[in-house]
Amino acid sequence: MPPSAPTPVSSNRTNLALLLGWLIPGAGHLLLGKRLRALLLFVSITAMFAIGVALGGKVYAPNLGDVLDMLGFVGQLGAGLLYLGTRLLGFGASSVQIAIADYGTKFIVVSGLLNVIAAVDAQRLANGRKDLA
Amino acid sequence: MTLSHFSAVLLFSLFTSVVFAITQRTHPRQMLRFGALCFVLFVGGTIAASWLMALIKR
Repeated sequence: MPPSAPTPVSSNRTNLALLLGWLIPGAGHLLLGKRLRALLLFVSITAMFAIGVALGGKVYAPNLGDVLDMLGFVGQLGAGLLYLGTRLLGFGASSVQIAIADYGTKFIVVSGLLNVIAAVDAQRLANGRKDLA
Repeated sequence: MTLSHFSAVLLFSLFTSVVFAITQRTHPRQMLRFGALCFVLFVGGTIAASWLMALIKR
């Protein structure tokens, strides 16, 4: 095997990194021993989500209505437990009441999308497709 | 909670740049450079677009 080839790892660890990374921002990186990266990801994604909710952003429910509403739900679901907890505890607005709340909605959606990117990055680190530098 | 438009841009750019830097680069030094580049492009692009819209409005 050439020296630069990815190191084979168990698929369980790879899938666990992806799942944990989705549920809790940065947890996938923490599982792989990347503490600083995990902390930065957790702070960034959680703060972005929390600011979005504090601005009165809309938290989408599962729906089969307007396409943008469906996409908004999918994007926010990417935040994992942050989204599920917010829905369970009843935080967030069901509709946008003021102009700045629209920014909040975008903050929540983008935090979910960033969390998906972070979870996939943890999976790539776990399966050796990205160097554990 | 309320934010000015500019502070919202700064916060959005900061958090997004941190995640992009960590996920799109491998080594810490590359991450720092890429994160700084993303931040500057986000904020600079927003300011440029704002001026463009202001000029169009005139």
